[in-house]
Amino acid sequence: MTNEQLISQLTERFPGAIVVPGKQYVEMTVEAGSLHGIAAILKEEHDFAFDFLICLTGVDYAENMAVVYHLESILHRHMMVLKVRTDDRVNPALDTVSDVWITAKYHEREAYDLLGIIFNNHTDLRRLFLEDGWGFPLRKDYVDEVRIVER
Amino acid sequence: MSEIREVIVKTDRLATDKYQVNMGPQHPSTHGVLRLLVTLEGEKVLNVQPHTGYIHSGIEKMCEAITYPQIIHLTDRMDYLSAHMNNEAVALCVENALQVEVPDRIKYIRTIMDELSRLASHQLWWCVFGMDLGALTTFFYGLRDRELILDIFEETCGARMTVSYNTPGGLMFDIHPNFQKRVKDYIKYFKKKLPEYDELLSGNVILRERTDGVGYLSLKEAIDFGVTGPSGRASGFSCDVRKHLPYSAYPFVKFDEILDHRCDTFARYEVRIKEMYESISIIEQLIDNIPEGDYAVKMKGVLKLPEGEFYQRVESARGEFGVFIVSDGKKNPYRVKFRSPGFSNLFALNSMSKGHKIADLVAIMSTLDLIIPDIDR
Repeated sequence: MTNEQLISQLTERFPGAIVVPGKQYVEMTVEAGSLHGIAAILKEEHDFAFDFLICLTGVDYAENMAVVYHLESILHRHMMVLKVRTDDRVNPALDTVSDVWITAKYHEREAYDLLGIIFNNHTDLRRLFLEDGWGFPLRKDYVDEVRIVER
Repeated sequence: MSEIREVIVKTDRLATDKYQVNMGPQHPSTHGVLRLLVTLEGEKVLNVQPHTGYIHSGIEKMCEAITYPQIIHLTDRMDYLSAHMNNEAVALCVENALQVEVPDRIKYIRTIMDELSRLASHQLWWCVFGMDLGALTTFFYGLRDRELILDIFEETCGARMTVSYNTPGGLMFDIHPNFQKRVKDYIKYFKKKLPEYDELLSGNVILRERTDGVGYLSLKEAIDFGVTGPSGRASGFSCDVRKHLPYSAYPFVKFDEILDHRCDTFARYEVRIKEMYESISIIEQLIDNIPEGDYAVKMKGVLKLPEGEFYQRVESARGEFGVFIVSDGKKNPYRVKFRSPGFSNLFALNSMSKGHKIADLVAIMSTLDLIIPDIDR
């Protein structure tokens, strides 16, 4: 499917979402509440068939927290970027998509570890790299007087 | 008789007890500091829980404080066997964001370097795989051939492993005058040596007994877990970025994507051996045709990416490597994320090794070809 077709399909199927062509890939921003349902549809429906979650990234946009999903369909060979934002910066919480794409389970643990994003219904949400009580180093307001050298 | 029966009953009871063993962080077969918490029943593996973070160095956080050309030097230190590809991913990502097109000469040299490091990486993997299964001879064979590639790197890049050769806009230096001759000599030499690898190990009865049908990873699981690279292709997962989204000089060359549908440990072994033949063929197609020209495009002194988000995928030696850069228009990136192939591959280990013996766990882990700094970053 070409990007134009994908955009029209996505706009038609998800009226509440914001679909933009993006610089490289089609980008879709969805509400936090509808994330899990949309993820399941994107994977299961034949027109989309996004079965390969390439990369899951947590980003701290200063005013809100976001998670960016890079998806690819092995069947159609098209790619898209799914974005979801939460307004609660201190205790951001989203639904897990680890039951849709298994690999998300570990990528979500990494996002929790480094950014403190909580994924509801995650079966094993523990820290992945750092020890307990470390803080969330990839947050923009993270201060570590001991280990960070300011330039 | 009754005494013997009693002993047998007791041993049976011992064998059915579940217990947990820590494999690592200093276990030789983990090739670095990875700890596997293995739940066993006798010799049978019930569950494998990887514990990471022993060599977490906060590279993504460090990237937020440095400029784009400086990031190149950190990417070497993640997957140190695919340093060229990691460099290239960042370089391509920055070039795409700035809409810079590099000349063909740079593309050719980048691709030759990529394939040389893929060869070196697969050689090291092959020799260590043999060693993990107790065949020490492979270790000397593999390192003997890999050393010569590192010599070629050293002559051109000034470093053997942490090369930092690809920079945004081109290459750090031009190739050494001897480069083409040495690569051609090496290819001539290695073409004779590669069949030896097959003769020495591939048909070995012990190896085949320990790898055939062991560590099954179905195509569906491979996609679900995001297992890419040779490990994914051995499950029939067509995931070669060089083929599907060709970058650098890959559109100019002919090569096959090696796929195997047996999904077991031996399939993963054979895919890597066959990939070495493909790498040789790619280098042969390019080495005589490197166009003349500059080795770098003139870039601005301070690189500032336009506001936005950029993602670049390349094929490293162990799978798909991705760089995700969020830029706010300053000279430092706002957020950098590295999608490392080893990270996704590692977590498929549990479902692959369930029900097998603990000695098979070593073989299965070895065919995933894990590099721990790549996982921990």
